[in-house]
Amino acid sequence: MSNTKYAYAVARIRALEVSLFSDAFIEQLLSCKSAEQVLQSVVEKGWGDMDTENDAEAVLKREEEKAWEVIRDVAPDMSVFDVLSYPKLYHNLKAAVKEVCTDTENEAMFYDDCPIPGKEMYQIIESREFSRLPGNMSRTAQEAMDTLLHTGDGQICDIIVDRAALDAIEEAGKKSGEPIIENYADTTVAIADIKIAVRAQKTGKSADFMRSAMAECGSLSLDQLIRAALAGAEEIAQYLESTSYAGGADALRESPSAFERWCDNRMIETLRPQKYETFSVGPLLGYLIARENEIKTVRIILTGKQNGFTDDAIRERIREMYV
Amino acid sequence: MSELGIVYALLGAAVAVLLSGTGSAIGVGIAGQAASGVVTEDPSKFAKVLIIQLLPGTQGLYGLLIGFITLSKIGVLGGGLADLSVQTGLLILAACLPIGVVGLLSAVAQGKTAAAAIGIVAKKPEQFGKAMLFPAMVETYAILALLISFLAVSGIQV
Repeated sequence: MSNTKYAYAVARIRALEVSLFSDAFIEQLLSCKSAEQVLQSVVEKGWGDMDTENDAEAVLKREEEKAWEVIRDVAPDMSVFDVLSYPKLYHNLKAAVKEVCTDTENEAMFYDDCPIPGKEMYQIIESREFSRLPGNMSRTAQEAMDTLLHTGDGQICDIIVDRAALDAIEEAGKKSGEPIIENYADTTVAIADIKIAVRAQKTGKSADFMRSAMAECGSLSLDQLIRAALAGAEEIAQYLESTSYAGGADALRESPSAFERWCDNRMIETLRPQKYETFSVGPLLGYLIARENEIKTVRIILTGKQNGFTDDAIRERIREMYV
Repeated sequence: MSELGIVYALLGAAVAVLLSGTGSAIGVGIAGQAASGVVTEDPSKFAKVLIIQLLPGTQGLYGLLIGFITLSKIGVLGGGLADLSVQTGLLILAACLPIGVVGLLSAVAQGKTAAAAIGIVAKKPEQFGKAMLFPAMVETYAILALLISFLAVSGIQV
């Protein structure tokens, strides 16, 4: 009967999926004249709460929290969602290492909605109690800190932590035992690797640099990707065409923002079949990513409107919706 | 004449009620979890999801019916135990097996289908009629088993 443990959670998510934004509503937001109108429309849909009125950033932040509150409420086992919390967790580590090494303190640099919030992370790093960090993180923290103190090079420190985050995501995906989480983790790592390749190609980095920054994943061959990145931008696109990320090749040729958009759309596409699952963690993951995607899209529209972008320029960056 | 005959016959009644009742409890339980999930977010759908939740409960009733007929046939109800041979006792046990086994498995399967159907009601309440049909399809096989158990128990001469 173990596979029925998600029956309650999935049914609740099903009921919540009704309130997700459709492509038509996003189109409606796009046709709003000002950022204020956009904000007004989403608030009318129930976004934000009593304390967040008319403050766009607070409304968006509250929505992110709400999505996680729902998942925490319904999920029988939160460990499968580690994959999603790692980016924030490792960001906190990176920020804490840098702040401790440069002797500054700025709370705004941290995320608080993750397993180790900013303050705690800062204390761990400051007192060098690395053993309090989970898994391989203690080794990463030690290495990043030593490197930053000895070389003073922030980029190397970034690479160590980011690489460790990608490795942790890939490993957590494999450990979760849920095919959809594993697929999500692998796609996340693969897209990060592709982004590294694109940026490294533009800035003319060496193969060794790329090898230290990229994490192994099941769906890409790092050797081939690095070789393509050394040869040029077109070669990266050509290599992608031979993988399951073929759609990304065209987006890459178009523009960096088109590629970012393609990455998000591909994730939603991967998750869309989860709308028809009844007894697995998939719909929960789908809902969470759909909410993140929705919030990101509203943020893009809001910023676009605030800065007087044309509708076409904003539309180029709009993501596909889950429902 | 052996005293074991009546034991086998009573075992048959127990199997019919036990297995189909267990199946229904599991099935209604699974569908109930899904129903609770929907009602947490939208209490107005309570009546609709309750009806779907109850669909896997029928197997338990079928088991009860066969158990009841068996009990009255062998005289446990209404006084005076029938004098059964081992062969007749085993015949009654065999007659009770279809609704027991099929009742158990079909109720669990129906519970899962009902949970999925509750997902339809959550998203598209106007499609309630169609949502009801999917779990109701599973019912067919429980009814077929009920029919055979009923014919067999009634047909055995005591």
